[in-house]
Amino acid sequence: MKRFRRILEKFIEGILLSSSTITSLTVILIILFLFREGLGLFNRSPLEHNFIIAVSKQNPVQDLSSDQLKAIFNQDITNWSKVGGVKDSIILFTINDITNYFSEEELGASLENLPQKLNEFIEANPGALMHVSEKYLPKKFNGHTIHVKNISVGDFLFGKQWYPTSEPIPSFGIWPMIIGTFLVTFGALLIALPLGLATALFLAEVADIRLRNLVKPLVELLAGIPSVVYGFFGLIVIVPLIQGLFKLDVGETVLAGSIVLGIMALPTIVTIAEDALRTTPLSLKEASLALGATRWQTLRKVTIPYAKSGISAAVILGIGRAIGETMAVLMVTGNASNVPHSFLVPARTLPATIAAELGEAPYGGLHFKALFALGIVLFLFTIIINLTVAYIRNREKK
Amino acid sequence: MKKMLLMALVAISASVFAQKVNFKIKGSDTVLPLTQKEAEVYMKKNAGSSIMVTGGGSGVGVSALLSGTTDIAQSSRSLKLDEKMKLNDAGKAFTEKIIAYDALAVIVNPANKISKLTREQLEGIFTGKIKNWKEVGGEDLKIVVYSRETSSGTYEFFKEHVLSKKNFAPSALLMPATGAIVQSVSQTKGAIGYVGLAYLEKSVRALDVSFDKGKTFTAPSVETAKSKKYPITRPLYYYFLKTNEKKVSPFLTFVLSPEGQQIVLKEGYVPVQ
Repeated sequence: MKRFRRILEKFIEGILLSSSTITSLTVILIILFLFREGLGLFNRSPLEHNFIIAVSKQNPVQDLSSDQLKAIFNQDITNWSKVGGVKDSIILFTINDITNYFSEEELGASLENLPQKLNEFIEANPGALMHVSEKYLPKKFNGHTIHVKNISVGDFLFGKQWYPTSEPIPSFGIWPMIIGTFLVTFGALLIALPLGLATALFLAEVADIRLRNLVKPLVELLAGIPSVVYGFFGLIVIVPLIQGLFKLDVGETVLAGSIVLGIMALPTIVTIAEDALRTTPLSLKEASLALGATRWQTLRKVTIPYAKSGISAAVILGIGRAIGETMAVLMVTGNASNVPHSFLVPARTLPATIAAELGEAPYGGLHFKALFALGIVLFLFTIIINLTVAYIRNREKK
Repeated sequence: MKKMLLMALVAISASVFAQKVNFKIKGSDTVLPLTQKEAEVYMKKNAGSSIMVTGGGSGVGVSALLSGTTDIAQSSRSLKLDEKMKLNDAGKAFTEKIIAYDALAVIVNPANKISKLTREQLEGIFTGKIKNWKEVGGEDLKIVVYSRETSSGTYEFFKEHVLSKKNFAPSALLMPATGAIVQSVSQTKGAIGYVGLAYLEKSVRALDVSFDKGKTFTAPSVETAKSKKYPITRPLYYYFLKTNEKKVSPFLTFVLSPEGQQIVLKEGYVPVQ
């Protein structure tokens, strides 16, 4: 009998061990996948899958940066002299222009005459810049391909334009989104942390039992409302309110996002902090009161320090909720790609961008990888915040 | 404990015996209300069939067609050449069918005195070169540009045909759904946006548009879209793989039948001639 019980205990231990192993492995695998996809953005050409840039043989230009290409296609640069070539106007030729120059019959049913036509075009137009798929390049091509520099980490982090579906060359600059995420989250925490901790303190220490039984379920109900409902509420109520109050041109602002996020993070912070405060043993509080401390002194010196780890858990979870919200923020912050310089202008956040665009990005493509790179940035933010809170908590312990 | 177990069992068995979806349609938010109505009438007439219709934008629909997670991709723009090449490379032959036409209305706040704009003015406004309403004859008010997200076919069509492929202004506000654009334009005085004709409401006003530098201005409506007088008209497409043709063709025949086209008219779109 004893032996059977020991075997049973070992078996249960084994199940617990494998559960925690599976959980840890899952988390590690998700992180690895995130990094592998996201970092793939930086070691490939910024042109879409198998596309190349070709110019005529006489053209001396050998490589271009993404910014120069973008300016050329946006028609801000129209002469080769500006990018290191001879003085000649740039003639753009992209995959969608094919039907402007050649008819469908000339090209053939499955584009078999296209390579030859490309050769003809480049001979007739030495100032041409062609953006075509590699497999349509003829074997004896009358020109050379231009090497386009890869997107650098600096371009990605500090670039100011996010045009992921722009053809032929997209822009992946996320600086406005980093600032936007930071401002919206900071504003949300400014609202939610003081309000949430004060409410928790009130519910745990000051309120009588009837009031607590009324307010606590109400706050917990807030946590159950879906994110999209908050978004609509924000769009229809909060946005016009802000527009009217501050006499702005547009109500979709960072402030609207902060308010909505603050309301969403409140229940998390209140519930966890309140539970933490209530676990302070009665004997500890009574001892403090018996030594002559007032109620508020007891609160400050005994209850709150005891509940410190619970309160910091509440803060971390509240921050996590605020950073990661997508739908609600997507609807009320306006998603403009400018760098926000105050709380009263529209902004775009990282999670909202991922949520809005991941559905349409072709699997494995450049846009897809860029969105994962966004995920990496978010992940690093969360780690930094968690480490900071842990550091503050550890320092206070001493 | 026992009660919870019982309820869980009932829920699981209910979902197992639930109707299996016959086929899925995914894609454009512009075509969405039309497809939903067509699917509703079709399912009433053919009991036992079930069609699941979702939006997300034309880009989402085409992406789903490529990855095989939808049977029909509804789109408010034609496939881009590289999307066609991707489908060909993957060996997926597809068919394109026009099921209706749609007019894109440019909307402003009802309090805005401007009632007509040329294509050049629209291009200037949406690319951010024209920043104030007084530059086009209105009051001294900053222009607030609303647009759809980049996955939208409406966004691509507007960019190609009205903005001559130039990028939208970085200060343009990108809203995730057409409904959000209507809501925002109706509550912001200096706002301008673009929506499909079917989404027009009394809370916003549609502008008359001219594509011949101001000689003639036309208002968007089903009649002007049908007669092609209104310049911002586009076909609405259904894309599906040739291998799926048998599965989707009964629904397709219904949509292109006189009854289906009558629904098109009722919902505010333009029937195929």
